[in-house]
Amino acid sequence: MSRYRIPGKGRVDPSAPVTFTFDGRRYQGLRGDTVASALLANGVHLMGRSFKYHRPRGAVTAGSEEPNALIGTSRGPGRFEPNTRATVQELRAGLVTESQNKWPSLAFDIGAVNDRAYMLFSAGFYYKTFMWPRSFWDKVYEPFIRAAAGLGKSPTEPDPDTYASRNLHTDVLVVGGGAAGISAALVAARSGARVVLVDENPEMGGSLLSDPSIRIDGQGSWAWLADQLSQLRAAGVKLMTRTTAIGYYHQNMLGLVERVTDHLDQPPQGAPRERMWHVRAQQVILAQGALEKPLVFDGNDRPGVMLAGAAQTYLNRYGVKVGDCAAVVTSHDSAYYAAFDLVDAGGRVAAIVDTRPTVRADLVEATRKRGIELLTGHTATATYGRLRVKGVRVNPVSGSRVGAGRKIACDALLISGGWTPSLHLFSHTKGSLRWDAESRTFLPDHKTEACQIAGAGRGLWGYGPALEDGVKAGMAAANALGRNATPTGARVEGDRPGTGTSQKELPTDRSAGKAKAFVDFQNDVTAKDIRLAVREGMRSIEHVKRYTTNGMATDQGKMSNINGLMIAADALGKEPPQVGLTTFRPPYTPTSFGAFAGYHKGATFELTRKTPIDPWAEAHGAVFEPVSLWRRAWYFPKAGEDMHAAVARECRATRASVGMFDASTLGKIEVAGPDAVEFMNRMYTNPWTKLAPGRCRYGLLLGEDGFIRDDGVIGRLSQDLFHVTTTTGGAARVLNMMEDYLQTEWPDLDVWLTSTTEQWATVAVNGPNARKVLAPLVEGLDMSDAAFPHMSVAECRVAGLPARLFRISFTGELGFEINVPARHGLALWKAIHEAGQAYDICPYGTETMHVLRAEKGYIIIGQDTDGTVTPQDAGLDWAIGKAKKDFVGKRSLSRPDIVAPNRKQLVGLLTEDGSKLEEGAQIVLDPNQKLPMTMAGHVTSSYDSTALGRPIAMALIQGGLSRMGETVHIPMPNGTIRAKVTSTNFYDPEGERLKA
Amino acid sequence: MSDVAQALGGASFTGFARVEELAPQGMISFRGDLSDPVVQEALRAATGLEMPAQRGIVQAEERALGWMSPDEAILLMPHAALGGVLVELRAALAGQHHLAVDVSDARVTFRLSGPGAREVLAKLAPVDLSPAAFAEGELRRTRVAQVAAAFWLSGAEEIALICFRSVARYVFDLLAVSAAEGGEVRAF
Amino acid sequence: MLLIQCPYCDEALPELEFAYAGEAHIARPADPSALSDEEWRDFLFIRTNTRGPHFERWRHIHGCGQFFNAVRDTVSDRFLMTYKAGEPRPVLNALEAAE
Repeated sequence: MSRYRIPGKGRVDPSAPVTFTFDGRRYQGLRGDTVASALLANGVHLMGRSFKYHRPRGAVTAGSEEPNALIGTSRGPGRFEPNTRATVQELRAGLVTESQNKWPSLAFDIGAVNDRAYMLFSAGFYYKTFMWPRSFWDKVYEPFIRAAAGLGKSPTEPDPDTYASRNLHTDVLVVGGGAAGISAALVAARSGARVVLVDENPEMGGSLLSDPSIRIDGQGSWAWLADQLSQLRAAGVKLMTRTTAIGYYHQNMLGLVERVTDHLDQPPQGAPRERMWHVRAQQVILAQGALEKPLVFDGNDRPGVMLAGAAQTYLNRYGVKVGDCAAVVTSHDSAYYAAFDLVDAGGRVAAIVDTRPTVRADLVEATRKRGIELLTGHTATATYGRLRVKGVRVNPVSGSRVGAGRKIACDALLISGGWTPSLHLFSHTKGSLRWDAESRTFLPDHKTEACQIAGAGRGLWGYGPALEDGVKAGMAAANALGRNATPTGARVEGDRPGTGTSQKELPTDRSAGKAKAFVDFQNDVTAKDIRLAVREGMRSIEHVKRYTTNGMATDQGKMSNINGLMIAADALGKEPPQVGLTTFRPPYTPTSFGAFAGYHKGATFELTRKTPIDPWAEAHGAVFEPVSLWRRAWYFPKAGEDMHAAVARECRATRASVGMFDASTLGKIEVAGPDAVEFMNRMYTNPWTKLAPGRCRYGLLLGEDGFIRDDGVIGRLSQDLFHVTTTTGGAARVLNMMEDYLQTEWPDLDVWLTSTTEQWATVAVNGPNARKVLAPLVEGLDMSDAAFPHMSVAECRVAGLPARLFRISFTGELGFEINVPARHGLALWKAIHEAGQAYDICPYGTETMHVLRAEKGYIIIGQDTDGTVTPQDAGLDWAIGKAKKDFVGKRSLSRPDIVAPNRKQLVGLLTEDGSKLEEGAQIVLDPNQKLPMTMAGHVTSSYDSTALGRPIAMALIQGGLSRMGETVHIPMPNGTIRAKVTSTNFYDPEGERLKA
Repeated sequence: MSDVAQALGGASFTGFARVEELAPQGMISFRGDLSDPVVQEALRAATGLEMPAQRGIVQAEERALGWMSPDEAILLMPHAALGGVLVELRAALAGQHHLAVDVSDARVTFRLSGPGAREVLAKLAPVDLSPAAFAEGELRRTRVAQVAAAFWLSGAEEIALICFRSVARYVFDLLAVSAAEGGEVRAF
Repeated sequence: MLLIQCPYCDEALPELEFAYAGEAHIARPADPSALSDEEWRDFLFIRTNTRGPHFERWRHIHGCGQFFNAVRDTVSDRFLMTYKAGEPRPVLNALEAAE
């Protein structure tokens, strides 16, 4: 048995020893221990070093609010977790732990020199210490700050664990499984409601687990607890332990993180490490209790100094006494019970020091009865010891006079500065808090969500009031759900009522300027820092917080906020509510990235859309590129080819003979109805009335602002049916826009829309031999130029498959696009590939498509346009139906800004030196002007053109269309490139090849 | 037909629930005013099924008729029967403005089966899948992780889920991950 | 994540299924060509940017696909009500009183 373990005490299993290591040393704890309780059982208090001053620190709490005892834990490769709270991590066999923020060792840490250089690190040190000289900013200060910042080390390997998520809908969610939460859950469940009860601890019970002497309904509190839990199960309540409610969002949506395997010796196969629950509850009951806060005095952070409630928990829940001889300094009644339990378990308590002048008579009596010295109206002014507390200096206080100090020897110092209702989740909802002058704490006020708060969260103290309040909350939730609930009552014996007070730092007879009286333990913020911040002009608590970093540690001010506020209010001479409280934000406790990521990692991280022809491309070595959410074949390299060579070959083959391209990703919309043509006239710039069935037209779509939104070829299949194609990225947007106009602006039009993007697989066949390849495969259609000219569409059969065949071209060559039902897409592709072998048909990817279209000056929406380009800017005036009275965006085409001279217009560029321009490169008119130069435009597209034997580019240039033949300049790091402004139609400008 | 390619070649996975890609079935997207008795009669004639109420689906044998929105219905049938249904619809609604489109190839259907079927989906969809809230006859259109999907109970402990064909791999992988042994939650 | 009442599905559904679609009750002018540049500018760009109850459009994009109108308080991010497209703009006072 470990030296500090008390046989017969606690909820740990004495028959189940568990071995673990801390900083390489082996220790033994018991099943049911946390790392902190097991180390304390072995007499180890020193568990870490503080962030700024590297001061030695021990566990100050026994819960998730722990600021000091942060350790690294590991379970084999990749499974390293920094900043684990030793007070939360349950012991498991073989657990390896290490302390943080120290070098070379925890007991002797070089970084502790910071503690002597206190002045450099006082409040606002970021803004002072690192100001001068300017040249030090990035060379000296930043590396220093980066090296010093952060607590634990980040893991270096990928996390092999899995993380899960789950949606859950319930009638009532109760957060906190203490006395109030349990009674609330039971009452609500018995009304017939679906109830979920969650608690962050490994077992339900809350503070009952630390108060076994209480008797409820004639039973010991632990027996009562066991009985209640079985009743909860019988009532169908879902009990979730090791589950932290991390955030409370709109309309009773809460995020819960369940720790599934961290406590297990051997995680079961397939089990996720953590599971994020997204819970939507009709009613929420917050029964999260209260958090104890420290007293602020010099040396209150020494290992061995801990919250009285924590010591009581270590004793009663883990059977660990935190020292041989304790002393207590308190301003709240609750600490007396910790002292009593310690003495009753055979421990020693040298003295109880109370900052209050008078104490309840029964507490005085019970203290005397146990032979504990009681010093009321006293202050604590120092602690002794280095790596472990050896004593506390206490002084009598009379009025504002602090009397002579006296040392009380102790190896554990239990402190209590009162309790703060845990209202973090309530604050997430923007629920307001009101200052309660009597208890000197904030209590819940106005609610914004359908929630109840019960127990210590409302400032109630003692088990009787908590149980009663829980019942009330459960009733209220049930009633709000329209259910009848029956109230229950519980009889509590030996209850532990209590009051206390919150206060600023304790008075001292020494120089307050030299005191290291900590308010925020993790961020090393002292009372002096807060006063300094106020002296330096900080008035709002939000400013004090950011200047000092008080409350900005991973515990989010759970222990420090109220103490900091008391000190700031005192320094400002204001009441605390006038100074205000900082906002609590999710998550309630530190949460792993894995829990947030859930299933969204690896193959299921990002959605990838694939076409029916994708398997062929993959099997034939295509290199892919992402295009919106699709993956598309980029190019098909042959052995030994790089991208440049592959694309050049694909371009040449297509222009010389025939190429094939998977165009399945193009958006397709069926526009049908008696008013379809009118709808098309209103949506697109082009005129549609005279387009005959069986014919196609290039369509241009604007926003109402007159800027180009999308384009595509549109075929008229019959009088009242159009097959609209959109850009790949614009498919959803265009359908959304069309539906919007139809549903809300023109509900009078008889038109229906259906997306057929994925119904059709589309293969584009381009090149002088395109018809020769296809003709043998086509049935039911005369494909001759006369019968089926450029810009035609027909329904027919291709390779025996039902098809919609378009004669269109995005390459400038004779071109066809064949649509077949997606299930036949691959078959069609293979059939064409086979038929094309006689003509050395060349499958090509998106890069070649881009080159071929650029040679023709065809624009790509989103590449050559950027949401500020009009049809005139893009040289697409011809696509505007000038006779049409109206269409989307028409009115804007005469807006002053749109008709203004010198707009950026799309032109071609040919470099004089034959070099290839960079897309995005800026263009200037005068290369000799002073810096910064005036940009006249930028390059939008740039490719090596095999057809022209030289690079070509497209660019948006101010007044570009009137600059034909002029020279512009593109300054680059290695010199300025000269380029001539040309038409964008670089290849076959007469379009002869289309008519083949 | 040998040239019919399923998006995932009929992939399946068995964990604590079974996930299968079903053979392509016939699927028609119907746009029209579903409150119009003429439309309702045409749908009844073409499918043999009564147009269900808001958010509902009716199923019989291998056919189903579901409410997708006030002006959209989905018709499911064996693929071989699709052409006939389209012809019948067009005949019944001749001269009446509507749009019936074969979308059989635009979507894939997955079947989740076993006692854990609801569990699998509850990990991915933000809606209440408890038996009290999601019962037979309900057609649920919502999100599954990052994509749109629709699903309904196609039998006892069996859910049919449809999504776009291009995202079939993504959805299948997610369903399989969610159905993996060891990930059971048993929370309904 | 908000719950949004879709007036076409008649059910409160997760925000994930919806897409915001700008301010409501800004009808496209019947004859844009009749508008002055200033009037057209106002139609295109000028929005109320309300602090408080805001009339706005949403689409149940992953559900029934319908556009509808909503009144949402931009301070509390709470929906006061939703209603079908084409229905008249509700009276605010009554809504706020109900809140």
